Amino acid sequence: MNPILYPASAGTLESSDVFVEIAPAENGIEIDLNSVVQAQFGEEILAVVREVLDECGVENASLRIQDRGALDCVIRARVETAVNRGKGEN
Amino acid sequence: MKTKLVNSIREAIALAGLKDGMTVSFHHHLRNGDYVLNMVMEEIAALGIHELNMNASSVFDTHMPVIEHIENKVITSIQCNYMAAGVGRAISEGIMDTPVQFRTHGGRPSDICLGRTPIDVAFIAAPTSDPMGNCSGKYGPSACGSLGYAYPDAMYAKKVIVITDNLVPYPLTDFSIPESYVDYVVQVDAIGNPKGIVSGTTRITRDPVGLVMASYAAKVIEHSGLLKDGFSFQTGAGGASLAAAKFLKDIMLEKNIKGSFGLGGITGYMVDMLKAGCFQRLLDVQCFDLDAVESIRTNPNHQEVSAMHYASPSHRSAAVDSLDVVILGATEIDTNFNVNVHTDSNGYIMGGSGGHSDTAAGSKLAMIIAPMFRARMPIVTDQVTCISTPGKDIDVLVTQGGIAVNPKNAELMYRLKDAGLPVIDIHELKEKTERITGKPHHPKFGDKAVAKVIYRDGSELDTIYNVPVK
Repeated sequence: MNPILYPASAGTLESSDVFVEIAPAENGIEIDLNSVVQAQFGEEILAVVREVLDECGVENASLRIQDRGALDCVIRARVETAVNRGKGEN
Repeated sequence: MKTKLVNSIREAIALAGLKDGMTVSFHHHLRNGDYVLNMVMEEIAALGIHELNMNASSVFDTHMPVIEHIENKVITSIQCNYMAAGVGRAISEGIMDTPVQFRTHGGRPSDICLGRTPIDVAFIAAPTSDPMGNCSGKYGPSACGSLGYAYPDAMYAKKVIVITDNLVPYPLTDFSIPESYVDYVVQVDAIGNPKGIVSGTTRITRDPVGLVMASYAAKVIEHSGLLKDGFSFQTGAGGASLAAAKFLKDIMLEKNIKGSFGLGGITGYMVDMLKAGCFQRLLDVQCFDLDAVESIRTNPNHQEVSAMHYASPSHRSAAVDSLDVVILGATEIDTNFNVNVHTDSNGYIMGGSGGHSDTAAGSKLAMIIAPMFRARMPIVTDQVTCISTPGKDIDVLVTQGGIAVNPKNAELMYRLKDAGLPVIDIHELKEKTERITGKPHHPKFGDKAVAKVIYRDGSELDTIYNVPVK
């Protein structure tokens, strides 16, 4: 599995979208989440982000996520794209 | 000859005898372009007057200086029908000791006229006035059209100060408020910024979800049994509501239906419907755009009405009582059809009833139009954060995912099903939405009451609590 080599991002700050930034790291996964629906869906968002990272085989990365109320499918797509860009695969 | 002209707002305030603890009032026809409320409050603060009750028909974000006046105890209580998100956020964070009192556009004039909320000094922002105070919103550089919400203030306040930026020779005819109610007149450079007073022509939505909702909304009206000659209608200025009005217009023209009147805050779309013959008259308490201002000035079938005439529950009758259909919005609606338009999903104040519960109560069919979810937040909840309009007054919820009819209106349910429209039980609609969004957790609120929601009859409908500051 390729590690995250470069800082990368995906998504926008539009309503119902999410802006994901990813950067190389050494000590596991670190997620800084800021969401307009933090109180309502904060845990769910973190869970789906971790799931995608797991599926993509990312073990070390630092993520900053600014969520504007994106659905799970959107979050998945944005995180996956950011990961691929961070690996230099996209 | 007697003159009412005084040199400055400060002088008028002093002459009116404003003192600590009194009530001042404002109306909101200049909307987010209003300068008058801020100019007046600044002078009041400079005069060292404190602990005022501010009764404003609406508070907009151009009125953010209000927050400072609250912190300095110049304003210690607020009564309004609507509060935009900027000031609303500060209120929700608990900056006032006395809860804000929210009323409705009909409840406010009702309570003023009944003496429940007496006003000491009313400030009337007037786009045109003569030196004796005959004033109008139809003319002048800051023209806003109707002055409907200012009538109860002018008629019942102990002292009335007209503030204008377009002083014309006596007598102004075609006035809204006559000189017989006015104590003082002040001329200033500008009462507002025209860009914020009225928008240009509001565009109908191009969002496909909005268009689906609008098309359903028009079909609900078409099959409600109410769409026939004499039909009357009110809609808001939101993109989907306007699109619904456009679809409705097409149906009315195609079927050659001659409606009686359009009501409310009036937009260019309602003016188009008047011109096209869909309605014989418009009754207008507030103009939303330049087309509406032009129409009320020039078209005798476009009639200004006072806030009492529009929606008061305690007068002999109000226009809302003759209304067939109203299209309204919601930030949340629960499975009992209670509607929230006061707070966002995090509990912050960002609106208010306005005429929502007045028109819902008066109309034969009150329709909520809203998307299934906005920014992941489902529109249908088990219990709304705040009850703005009770579910008993709501007939139907239109979303892109189906049309939920309040079971109390069984006839409408049969009619819509017969017409082949996608009727869905509101609980089912909630589950359908949550399958897309997930089921939201509920944010925790504080235990300090920051606002009371007062129903149009004066009874207390709900309490809004503070949002804890992190």
